[in-house]
Amino acid sequence: MHPAYSVIFFTTASGAGYGMLVWLAILAATNAVSPSLASGVTIFVVALGLITSGLLSSTFHLGHPERAWRALSQWRSSWLSREGIAAIVTYIPALLFALGWIVFASVDGNWRIVGLITGLMALVTVACTGMIYASLKAIPRWTDATVVPIYLAFALSSGGALIITVLAILGPLTSQWAWLVALATALAWALKLLYWHRIDNAAPVATAESATGLGHLGTVRQLEAPHSGENYIMREMGFQIARKHAARLRMIALLFGGAIPILAFIVAGFVGGPALMIVALAGLAGTVVGVLLERWLFFAEAQHAAMLFYGAKAV
Amino acid sequence: MTSLPQQTSAQQPGLVIDLDICVGCHACAVNCKEWNTGGHSAPLTDEEPYGADPLGVWFNRIHTYEAGDGAEGQTVHFPRSCLHCEEPACVTVCPTGASYKREADGIVLVNADSCIGCKLCSWACPYGAREYDHSDGVMKKCTLCIERIENQNLPEIDRVPACVSTCPASARHFGDLGDPNSDISQLVQERGGYDLMPEMGMKPVNKYLPPRAQPASLAPSPTPTSTAATEPGGTGSPFLDWVDRTLSR
Repeated sequence: MHPAYSVIFFTTASGAGYGMLVWLAILAATNAVSPSLASGVTIFVVALGLITSGLLSSTFHLGHPERAWRALSQWRSSWLSREGIAAIVTYIPALLFALGWIVFASVDGNWRIVGLITGLMALVTVACTGMIYASLKAIPRWTDATVVPIYLAFALSSGGALIITVLAILGPLTSQWAWLVALATALAWALKLLYWHRIDNAAPVATAESATGLGHLGTVRQLEAPHSGENYIMREMGFQIARKHAARLRMIALLFGGAIPILAFIVAGFVGGPALMIVALAGLAGTVVGVLLERWLFFAEAQHAAMLFYGAKAV
Repeated sequence: MTSLPQQTSAQQPGLVIDLDICVGCHACAVNCKEWNTGGHSAPLTDEEPYGADPLGVWFNRIHTYEAGDGAEGQTVHFPRSCLHCEEPACVTVCPTGASYKREADGIVLVNADSCIGCKLCSWACPYGAREYDHSDGVMKKCTLCIERIENQNLPEIDRVPACVSTCPASARHFGDLGDPNSDISQLVQERGGYDLMPEMGMKPVNKYLPPRAQPASLAPSPTPTSTAATEPGGTGSPFLDWVDRTLSR
């Protein structure tokens, strides 16, 4: 699939924002932070800013952005519609949560419940994002059972990296939270390695023979394409990445998004002062590179069944 | 409403494409383009049609495949368009309700006034049947020529999709595939008509008729019979040899 930058930015940015909200809810529920003005403003501005800019960027690739509101109407059947509704609904508890944290400096009582609802809605929204892809039978590898958990785990990994960085700079950061984020990051990449292993070894779901129904004659190959140039389908679905390039990019993604942040956040639990800020920023930088690469590969490596008509052997 | 109709409609107009007959002339694709650029989803925009990298919206595209090897191999011309599936994923993924399956006859259409151009329907279609119009910013697809097949002003013989009316070899058939007794359903039955990629679970309505087995007399003979005439000096006359070589090119 063509890796469109607007979709990569949307899924990673909003994922990180929702991940932050989940961590915030957990921090509030466990009394792990005392709500301060500085940390509150910073964290909520970053989280809601990422979510909002992600949602806006997802409308950039629409043919008619002015009609985007219509996308909220088909929640009965469409995961994209469900995601849109979940994203908008999440703003309500999230803004209340921010109000309690920033204005009333409280995460107790009802504010805590509001926080938990925020975290839950953030998870629901990210799961809907994952389901948009996981529900597409035409891209068989995306229907893998790990896809939705991976979207959730990477939201927690990237959102966690942001929270740790903010707390390392502004507020008290206790060791176990840095280690928990390291754990979430390890979980995300373990799932990703599992996904890569599974897509590399999956049996083909459809072949050029089943697509054309000519398999009884023997191997099917395209002799002539319908036209000398490309078409929309070939540009949108026909993106291909060489296997050796993909393998190298996977390793780079794993190094930056996995190894560096895990190491950095483990170390962050032991150090303080300027050293803490440096390792936290290093962990965040690695996460950004790794998650963007991971998402790019998610699209670039995906093969669409329609390409079976255009020379692909199997998907 | 992008939820699918509760009941399968009694009527199911669709196409049956005879791969044994199709000669790969592309006339159906050309007439489809010609008709539909003024039809329900008009226009079918072309971008840089005379440029180095032309791109355009077509509802019908003709591939040519080779199947099998050697003497058993066949060249098969293969027209492709929307299959108007019974369970079309392109409809259920649509977030706006612009994509819909008509309750009365199951034809899958796009309402260009409410399409936001998110392209998700084209991702959901395993057959690559939907094409995005970059200049209109909406998705377009085969309409089964609804403005022809329902047009009471046309003589009955012309109430067929443009691709069917133009096929010079009669490789395309149009009719009610929901009625097991219709001519077209009988044809599917007789010839073993099949679904493309049934494993995708979309239950396409359109059917394809497989190429017939080649009679032994038509199979290419293993040894060429005209080697004598084409070998140098085969006729004994340099002029005739030259003529032979020239004509044999």
